[in-house]
Amino acid sequence: MAAFYIQQLITSFIASAAFGMMFNAPKKALLQCGFAGMVGWLLYIMLQDMMVQPVTATVVAAFCVTMISHFFAKKYKTPIIVFSVSGIIPLVPGGVAYNALRHVAQNQFDQAVQLGAQAFMISGAIALGLLLSEVINQVIRKWSISRSISR
Amino acid sequence: MNDLLKREHDIIKVCLLAGKIMLQSGAETYRVEDTMMRIAAAYGVENSHSYMTPTGIIFSVEEPQHITRLIRISDRTTNLYKIDQVNSVSRRVSIGELTIEEARTALEKIEHEPAIYPTWLLILLSAVASGCFLIMFRGIWPDFIPAAIAGGLGFSCFVFMHRVIPVRFFAEFSGALLIGIASVWMVRYGFGHQLDMIIISSVMPLVPGLLITNAIRDLMAGHLISGLSKGAEAFVTSFAIGAGIAFTLSF
Repeated sequence: MAAFYIQQLITSFIASAAFGMMFNAPKKALLQCGFAGMVGWLLYIMLQDMMVQPVTATVVAAFCVTMISHFFAKKYKTPIIVFSVSGIIPLVPGGVAYNALRHVAQNQFDQAVQLGAQAFMISGAIALGLLLSEVINQVIRKWSISRSISR
Repeated sequence: MNDLLKREHDIIKVCLLAGKIMLQSGAETYRVEDTMMRIAAAYGVENSHSYMTPTGIIFSVEEPQHITRLIRISDRTTNLYKIDQVNSVSRRVSIGELTIEEARTALEKIEHEPAIYPTWLLILLSAVASGCFLIMFRGIWPDFIPAAIAGGLGFSCFVFMHRVIPVRFFAEFSGALLIGIASVWMVRYGFGHQLDMIIISSVMPLVPGLLITNAIRDLMAGHLISGLSKGAEAFVTSFAIGAGIAFTLSF
């Protein structure tokens, strides 16, 4: 079991950093890209092993990736998009969409529609994770501004 | 008065150049608008308005004279490095470190800067990423190399076709088609084992991840037209990939 998680950690780090490079991320940001992707994917995998629904797992993972990216963005004074993109990529429902397509190609439209709806739900879950993190971040920002004014 | 007008024109040019570079590199709409208005404000133009869609920017300044300019964006790629560079220029402008002329030369230098990683490295990276995705999706280690080969082939086909024929849809379609054909062949001749896994992981480098996240962020920030059109672009890309794969699977 530990070996499985170590494999997942290493491969998700490499994949996220490689995606950062494919998007021309600055060299100094690559390690952080890999880290954000690694944490998000590890959470996703662990939640899946705990029999949590894929949609819920995706919300949590996308939320964490964006929170970590916000932290890095503030720390290194770099646009948040540099860190968040490569972390979100592994969560994109490629497998489900592929299965939906395979059923389309075999003329089994009832199953294709089911899987397509699932892929759509997972994309919505990524959106929800991003949204929640954005909201929390704005609340924190407002709170810290009002606190510094009242001092 | 003439000097003031010339200064206003120069400010607008700098703002538009910054906006153009950011939009072409794939920044979120709200960040582009924010950057342009910050630069304008740093040079003393308080009332500026900008409106943008993924295909163009309209920028307007009210004082001392009303001037509106339009710039057309035809080609969009993903270049996070340039977004970061323009961001730091705008930061330096707003603390008063750069004059208008200096900011313009800095931005022009960023615009013509070549890609930081060479193409062969990108192809190699896409191969490695495909292999890693195979393991992440609970595939088996013997399939690592077949997935890497299929992913590398598909991505290089995409890059090559995009250079020859400037139609993105076709480039993505042919990349996915090559991935499908290569995977089916490798599985048929016993080199690969799980066809589904190999195809899913080697398609990942073509997936429009940046577009999807940007579309969501734009929609949330209230930039409805940009959000919808970026979503449409992401949908077209996914459709191209799907069509390429479905085409191979139907045989």
